[in-house]
Amino acid sequence: MLLIRCPYCEEERPELEFRNAGEAHIARSTNLAAESDEDFEAFFFIRSNPKGLIYERWRHIHGCGRFFNAVRDTVSDKFVMTYKAGEPKPKLKEGSR
Amino acid sequence: MTASFRIAGAGRLTPARTARFTFDGKPYTGVAGDTLASALLANGVHLFGRSFKYHRPRGVLAAGSEEPNALVTVSRDAARKTPNVRATVQELYDGLDAISQNRWPSLSFDVGAVNDFGSPFFSAGFYYKTFMWPKVAWKSLYEPVIRAAAGLGVAPDQPDPDHYAARFAHCDVLVIGAGAAGLAAALAAAESGVRVILCDERADVGGALHFEKGAVIDGEAGWSWAQKTAARLAAMDNVRVLTRTTAFGYYAQNFVGLAERVTDHLSSPGHDLPRERLWQVRAKRVILAAGAIERHMVFADNDRPGIMLASAGRTYLNHYGVAVGRKVGVYTSNDSAYGAAVDLKKAGVEVAAIVDLRDNPTGKAVEEARALGIEVNHGRAVVSVGGRLRVSSMNIAPKNGGPSRTVDIDALLVSAGWTPSVHMFSQSRGKVAFDEATKRFLPGAYAQDCVSVGACNGTDSLEATVAEALKAGEKAAREAGGTAKGMKLKVDAAESWTGGVVGSAPGAGPDTTVKAFVDFQNDVTAKDIRQAVREGMRSIEHVKRFTTNGMASDQGKTSNLHGLAIAADALGKEMPEVGLTTFRPPFTPVTFGAIVNHARGPLFDPTRRTSIHPWAEANGAVFEDVGQWKRAWYYPKTGEDMHAAVNRECVTVRKTAGLFDASTLGKIEVVGPDAAKFMELLYTNPWEKLEPGRCRYGIMLREDGFIYDDGVVGRLAPDRFHVTTTTGGAARVMNMMEDYLQTEFPHLKVWLTSISEQWAVIAVQGPSARKILEPLVEGIDLSDAAMPHMSVREGRICGVPTRLFRMSFTGDRGFEVNVPADYGQAVWEALWAEGQKHGACAYGTEAMHVLRAEKGYIIVGQDTDGTVTPNDAGLDWAVGKKKTDFVGIRGLMRPDLVAKGRKQLVGLKTKDPKVVLEEGAQIVADPRQPVPMKMIGHVTSSYWSENCGRSIALALLAGGRDRVGETIYVPMPNGTIEAEVTGMVFFDEKGDRLNG
Repeated sequence: MLLIRCPYCEEERPELEFRNAGEAHIARSTNLAAESDEDFEAFFFIRSNPKGLIYERWRHIHGCGRFFNAVRDTVSDKFVMTYKAGEPKPKLKEGSR
Repeated sequence: MTASFRIAGAGRLTPARTARFTFDGKPYTGVAGDTLASALLANGVHLFGRSFKYHRPRGVLAAGSEEPNALVTVSRDAARKTPNVRATVQELYDGLDAISQNRWPSLSFDVGAVNDFGSPFFSAGFYYKTFMWPKVAWKSLYEPVIRAAAGLGVAPDQPDPDHYAARFAHCDVLVIGAGAAGLAAALAAAESGVRVILCDERADVGGALHFEKGAVIDGEAGWSWAQKTAARLAAMDNVRVLTRTTAFGYYAQNFVGLAERVTDHLSSPGHDLPRERLWQVRAKRVILAAGAIERHMVFADNDRPGIMLASAGRTYLNHYGVAVGRKVGVYTSNDSAYGAAVDLKKAGVEVAAIVDLRDNPTGKAVEEARALGIEVNHGRAVVSVGGRLRVSSMNIAPKNGGPSRTVDIDALLVSAGWTPSVHMFSQSRGKVAFDEATKRFLPGAYAQDCVSVGACNGTDSLEATVAEALKAGEKAAREAGGTAKGMKLKVDAAESWTGGVVGSAPGAGPDTTVKAFVDFQNDVTAKDIRQAVREGMRSIEHVKRFTTNGMASDQGKTSNLHGLAIAADALGKEMPEVGLTTFRPPFTPVTFGAIVNHARGPLFDPTRRTSIHPWAEANGAVFEDVGQWKRAWYYPKTGEDMHAAVNRECVTVRKTAGLFDASTLGKIEVVGPDAAKFMELLYTNPWEKLEPGRCRYGIMLREDGFIYDDGVVGRLAPDRFHVTTTTGGAARVMNMMEDYLQTEFPHLKVWLTSISEQWAVIAVQGPSARKILEPLVEGIDLSDAAMPHMSVREGRICGVPTRLFRMSFTGDRGFEVNVPADYGQAVWEALWAEGQKHGACAYGTEAMHVLRAEKGYIIVGQDTDGTVTPNDAGLDWAVGKKKTDFVGIRGLMRPDLVAKGRKQLVGLKTKDPKVVLEEGAQIVADPRQPVPMKMIGHVTSSYWSENCGRSIALALLAGGRDRVGETIYVPMPNGTIEAEVTGMVFFDEKGDRLNG
């Protein structure tokens, strides 16, 4: 069972308290209704599914209830870092821990 | 029966403390502290069971958890039967009852043993190749016969009456293994002042000191030093010593699973004791001190009972005081087996000969054996053995070929060398590295905060092991915040050995056809592995799966390295090129009881009950499960079946009134200055203009445009909405709302509160609903003018606060009374008393379903399935046409969602009004078309409607609304049913009754 650091509670808590909520940094357009089919497809259906670092959303559902973002290595399953929702996407190199 | 192989003065058990037991019904006597294996060996029993595939007679190979052969079934009573117990780890208790496995009619005469003679047909991959066709025969013929013939113990057929406990534990340093290395590491860490957990799978600490006799640590005999150290550790406040506790799984971030066997060694365990305790340990640092596992020699018929590992033979002697035979042979390739020969000889057991593959063995151990007069044959091999149910002789020949000589024996101790136990290291995702010099895999790159010490790290001498362990213990403690004291321990005497061989021994090489077993438990021979290579397997992972080498419940503890060496040899490659298979949890088998633990029966999943549940129960309700909820399904009166009860409830509601417990509805309070804006974004409907005091039926979509949930929403104030959701959707709707609020619309000043459990909901529906409510309600004008359909008022009922909704899920005049959950049953009872005056009934979920279907009201999740748009469901009116944004607005514009011919919800009336369609039944346009027919939709809801005097159904039908008036067909096993496509409303089409 992984330990995940909640950036709001500022402590590591067991994985059981959290839910994954899919890929992060996919912003919903403020004018979604006007988007082209291609843009909507990219927004709603296409996910990166990388081998390596993934930026994803998690919710501390059985804790503070907040959604936050995390960088996880899909190969080692290690969390590289977590940060609050709305904060900019951190620039990380592959292989960083 | 006397324990004739017990040697007076040998071992550490107290002979006076006897324990009686039975094996295959025959009574025996052992000694407290015995394992089942040592007790049987003491009685001269070497035949323990039959092998998996060939039904070959098998005995004991080991003295510990690596045992592949000696599997038995241990029973306490009819329900407490544990199959596949390793006799080498089952501690003896008075009254123990064990039976052998995989034999018929008896252990010594087993019909299945014909498989052994037919073995040319049963080689690797046999099942894959032979039973390919005909396909149907696999299920009906091959599989049942094969499963019955090849197998181990039989699973118990009754529920497990024992209970199991679970603990979460945190520590600074977890030490796995309590041999000399683990004890030293734990001591160093504990003296540094950090929290330590030390665990070991055996009943006693000591590890290899169980058999190694000559070690002296800190001026004490090794065994006694180990016991005293464990006692010292156990007395410290910061240390927990867990024996009989297997570290079975090493997971992410130093999360380690331990299974503690609490009662399996007790004669009559108290009922308050759990059988096992599952520990889930999170450790800052882990020290692996798992030791090493001895390998057997791979030669012809090396599985005969009486042939066992040298360290096992030595353990039985030095710990249990049991001689494994009266005339013992030794076959080795390294020094460690000499210790066994020396100890046996000194204990007065005849050692027939030592056979050593090495050309010129020298050293202390060899000299000592020679000095005791033991015959040492160097440069020679045991090429075959005599005996079937028990080894009776060994044939010794020069290892490079030549004439052989037969020596009579009744036991043979073998050692091909020692394999460091890297299982937990490998489980931690560490990468093993091949050590060319010693031909073994050792811990290489670490993946977690752990360290290996002692034999599992390839450290051979006890002195180096203890020094390494102390250092590791102090380092781990320092890293966890402790203060190391620089502890030292003097090792005054110890044995040391290294080297050995891997792969097949002389006489079992590629040019032979002998049965030289690599994996005893799965009956895999050296020949099978070579055959796998011949048939094209290149990777060890493929060889493993093709031959099943290492895939039995012992996970190849003794066999993996041999298998790898033979495969590498056959491939003409080096061992590391062929690769070692990955070790996975569990290290040894773990009971389902320990894993499932408390989560069984009523604790498997929470049960949710409404505050009105006790009344429903007392009034004879039959309940149905809706998610975790228990909901009153119908309320049968004496003599009524479900059909009659539901009919009566449906008719009564429309005739007078009915009370329905709707407390399970999801309820969310949306509050804040931007509450209406938020509602506009989350629901398809417009909300800004909804006046406080009014309600609206809302639809929530996912971003892809499909219906996600629905429910009536009341606006209590400009900044306050009382949102209801479906019973099953409550949690996910709340999650979705929070998601959007926190991440997409964080600028909105809105707060969400789940109030599902805070409000009990009583639906009062029917023409008399208002009359029932009126006497109990204060401060609310219930007249149609003051409180029209789809409005909400706050006031009091029976003296408690209420949010009173005027709404209807039946199509008749209706109210939904929300009261604080604590008052739910009291208010229900007051309403019930009023209702009785008007002839009202209580109705359950089934009548609720029928009543709503009569009106064509949908149930999300029943009439929709995640591919249904509001338009498909005939709910286009609920989508705000002027809105510029809401969740799903863009999804609804997708080409496929606006295409013609989509499945739409319609009504169905069967031509024969008495026929009720089956929900889920498929619909076709032409029943005469050839099979497979084109299916154009399916029935989503279907009921007998007593109010309509006929059956009614809803269906999703391609182009459904254009087919109204057409006939469609529902092919069923007993014939095709004809039905007419209709609108969705079957009762009171004009809706007059809402105000009736």
